[in-house]
Amino acid sequence: MRAYHDLGGTPAGPIDRNEHELQLWEKRIEALLVLLTRKKILRIDENRRGLESLGNETYFGVSYAERRMLSMSNNLILKGVITVEELAAKIAQIESRVDPLP
Amino acid sequence: MSHDHHHDHGDHAHGHRHPNQPDHDDALTYYRKLEMAVRELLIEKNIISADEVRKVVEDIESRSPEGGARVVARAWSDPQFRQALLEDATAACTSMGFEMALYDVKLTVVENTPDVHNMVVCTLCSCYPRMLLGLPPAWYKSRAYRSRAVREPRAVLREFGLELGDDVSVRVHDSTADLRYLVLPMRPEGTERMTEAELIAIVNRDSMIGTAIVSPPIE
Repeated sequence: MRAYHDLGGTPAGPIDRNEHELQLWEKRIEALLVLLTRKKILRIDENRRGLESLGNETYFGVSYAERRMLSMSNNLILKGVITVEELAAKIAQIESRVDPLP
Repeated sequence: MSHDHHHDHGDHAHGHRHPNQPDHDDALTYYRKLEMAVRELLIEKNIISADEVRKVVEDIESRSPEGGARVVARAWSDPQFRQALLEDATAACTSMGFEMALYDVKLTVVENTPDVHNMVVCTLCSCYPRMLLGLPPAWYKSRAYRSRAVREPRAVLREFGLELGDDVSVRVHDSTADLRYLVLPMRPEGTERMTEAELIAIVNRDSMIGTAIVSPPIE
């Protein structure tokens, strides 16, 4: 069976050629991936496998940067670099220190 | 989304100016919080430093299609370099000072000729010669391009404004995590007297992906 990410030759519509200037947080995701690869904490193939394990709905339901972020955090948890608890606590801390949006 | 606009590949050198896609930079979405949280945890654990992240972001921002254009212009100007580039692109680009090792991937350069037009895709993801072109454009990562480039490349090229004759073969190269491709476009006629620096300025990004050609400069 063909996996969802294996798109070659499948039917699709016209190509949207609008450019998308990457935002800082999106560049940081790429930077984190470069650093984790360079430090041999994550391998490029683990990143690929992470993307291929997100499931069809998530893979196509989120943006490119979002799916790369999700794959990275899943991998870091899987490899014991960070824990689910640490991540949840950190996200709560971030939410508490920023002003609520209007 | 509408994409009913025209493109002129002749008069701009690097990349294309289009209206940007809508974004959400103002909203602190779940994924933005996730990025902040993971980054801060990795810094707290001394796995990375904030300074390293900043430096790599700067490095990413400094890479643009001009890198690839420099390689192309050198290959057009120096037959020995062209030969070396086609034989071992990773080594040839390293000799020009590009930090190829940073990405730990092999680069292959495929040369367009009057008989063969090459184009590059990554059907499985978004593999791209980032060390020479910077980050891939949104359309390169899109479902539509990844799906169709290998099935109906001529139709895709037509959408990009490039109509090839039936006598020209189209070769589509599917990149992988470990092997990236760069197209060496044909040097346009009328550029024989141009210097390498002048040539760099006429090489556009899409010609190195193979969805465009390099047009002769407008006098």
